[in-house]
Amino acid sequence: MAKILAYIESKENKFKNSAFETVSEAKRLSGVLGCDFASLVISNQSADEIKVLGEYGAEEIFRLNLDEMNSVKGGNIKYSYSAISKAVSEFAKQNGYTIILFSGTGFGKALSPAVSILTDSALIPDITGISVNDGVISVTKPVYAGKAFAEIKVNSENVVLSLRPNVFKAEKTDSNNAKVTDITSASLNISADDFSTVVTEVVLSQGKIDVAEADKIVSGGRGMKGPENFHLIEELASVIGAATGASRAVVDAGWRPHSEQVGQTGKTVSPGLYIACGISGAIQHLAGMSSSKCIVAINKDKDAPIFQVADYGIIGDLFEVLPVLKEEFKKVL
Amino acid sequence: MKIAVCVSLVPDSTTKVKIGSSGKSIDENGVTFILNPYDEFAVEEAVQLKEKSGAETYAISFGTDKSKEAIKKAYQMGIEKGILIKASGDDYDSYTVAKNLADALNELKPDLIFFGKQSIDFDGMAIPGMVATLLNLPYVNVVTKLDINGSEISAEREIEGGKEIITSTLPAIIGAQKGLNNPRYPNLKSIMASKSKPIEEKSSTYSGNKTEVISMNLPPAKGKGKILENGADSAAELVKLLRDEAKII
Ligand SMILES: Cc1cc2nc3c(=O)[nH]c(=O)nc-3n(C[C@H](O)[C@H](O)[C@H](O)COP(=O)(O)OP(=O)(O)OC[C@H]3O[C@@H](n4cnc5c(N)ncnc54)[C@H](O)[C@@H]3O)c2cc1C
Repeated sequence: MAKILAYIESKENKFKNSAFETVSEAKRLSGVLGCDFASLVISNQSADEIKVLGEYGAEEIFRLNLDEMNSVKGGNIKYSYSAISKAVSEFAKQNGYTIILFSGTGFGKALSPAVSILTDSALIPDITGISVNDGVISVTKPVYAGKAFAEIKVNSENVVLSLRPNVFKAEKTDSNNAKVTDITSASLNISADDFSTVVTEVVLSQGKIDVAEADKIVSGGRGMKGPENFHLIEELASVIGAATGASRAVVDAGWRPHSEQVGQTGKTVSPGLYIACGISGAIQHLAGMSSSKCIVAINKDKDAPIFQVADYGIIGDLFEVLPVLKEEFKKVL
Repeated sequence: MKIAVCVSLVPDSTTKVKIGSSGKSIDENGVTFILNPYDEFAVEEAVQLKEKSGAETYAISFGTDKSKEAIKKAYQMGIEKGILIKASGDDYDSYTVAKNLADALNELKPDLIFFGKQSIDFDGMAIPGMVATLLNLPYVNVVTKLDINGSEISAEREIEGGKEIITSTLPAIIGAQKGLNNPRYPNLKSIMASKSKPIEEKSSTYSGNKTEVISMNLPPAKGKGKILENGADSAAELVKLLRDEAKII
């Protein structure tokens, strides 16, 4: 009998939207399969803070306190990927979970390979859809950076899946029936040896939304002419609450950090809104953003390939368009 | 010190994907295959370590004969020895790849194993962690900086909106991300030399896939977008469309 475990990521003791997406999908899948599902949280949040997951349909929630877990290692550490992988796997094995869902975030993609091996499961990462035929699970996974989609069938009793952020719907339910049960590292046989990789420090750039997680992105390319003009991108982004992105051309030129690069050798993004300014739309760039729900292009060349994937666009000089566009957005927001 | 780099051959990123006649994979006709771009950072890191403090270096690939091209590119960049684990067909999933690599690495017993953070075909970011766990080794993926001090390692791992500093010990597996180094361009001499350099062949040790591709499809074609032609004068209309039609703001 199938049984679903949703590993719910909490970063700095907060849930991101991807966490709610994972809960919602676990609930939906449990309905389709007619099976139980539970959520597992490893963090220092209080039971009340964790109960917010109940708004998305989580009922049975297990919590492992992160400080308690880290104390097994002694020392002053943030968290340990190896120990968390062991904890999730042990918990799944002890309680007979056959389907383990992760958010396809950096964190989820780091944990899931280890968990798939430790639980003798198939692994399919970064999926955009799950379907069930005669009780057999198959999934949709973008391949070749989104240039194609593979339908993949699971031929194994156990499976670990990671869900691409911003694709699955986080759906609120009418009532909150969440119940939080504590578990301990001792019950999961966690020992100091399980801490083979240890995160000692996390450095976050303050106040910036990362392109990989953003629901709206404003990106600039070589058409921006120089790093000194990116304030136009930043200002528009700040008006609409978007992250800033970039093409590889401007990253390679050193105008923007690599963390902003969208595309085949940068980040793959699927935001609700992607505004490409002065980006030609090279195949490697399109690969990373073509699954965005709404694409807007601003380019002075009417034949730029970006217009072929754009839902909306303006042909024009971005140095004239962007300041006006910002003001127009301000009027309605 | 013994260093292994696991390499794979992938379609060039400019490839326009077409679906092959099986309906389950891409049409490889006319596709140029290259060393996976992230593997270049992995190879470069291994070669720099060799140049700095001496090391035996290996490039290992699982695949068909074609994958020798990936190993040759690693030779051109300075790797000394190559091993091809010959896949029995071209129908293998990430578990099969990981299991075969793990078996070969278990014989070789390197002190340090590099991968590219992901291959640009299936983009799974799965194999380094799977191989590491099969071998019971620590792993850190998406690494942009690596310091090795005796058997202690400290790595910077890129995450959303920042980085993590991770410590671990050798032997370990590291997944290379852009930023780790600047991969060198092979010179003519090394390209010529790589041609005659032998590649050891091993037979595959495992073939039981856990997953199966049942079909591959192109993304749904997009309808024509609304492209406004009046530059800055179109800005107000665009905002209206985004609000009233796309309902995105
Ligand atoms: C292996 C490999 C991997 C790659 N990976 C990536 C990747 O991950 N991401 C990526 O983006 N690229 C990637 N590339 C690079 C890609 O091929 C392109 O070179 C790059 O995307 C071009 O960036 P761009 O659109 O900013 O610049 P360009 O192609 O130079 O386009 C600039 C655009 O700006 C427009 N423009 C100029 N001035 C103005 C103005 N005043 N107003 C309005 N519009 C203006 C021009 O009409 C033009 O369309 C990769 C390439 C390779 C070989």
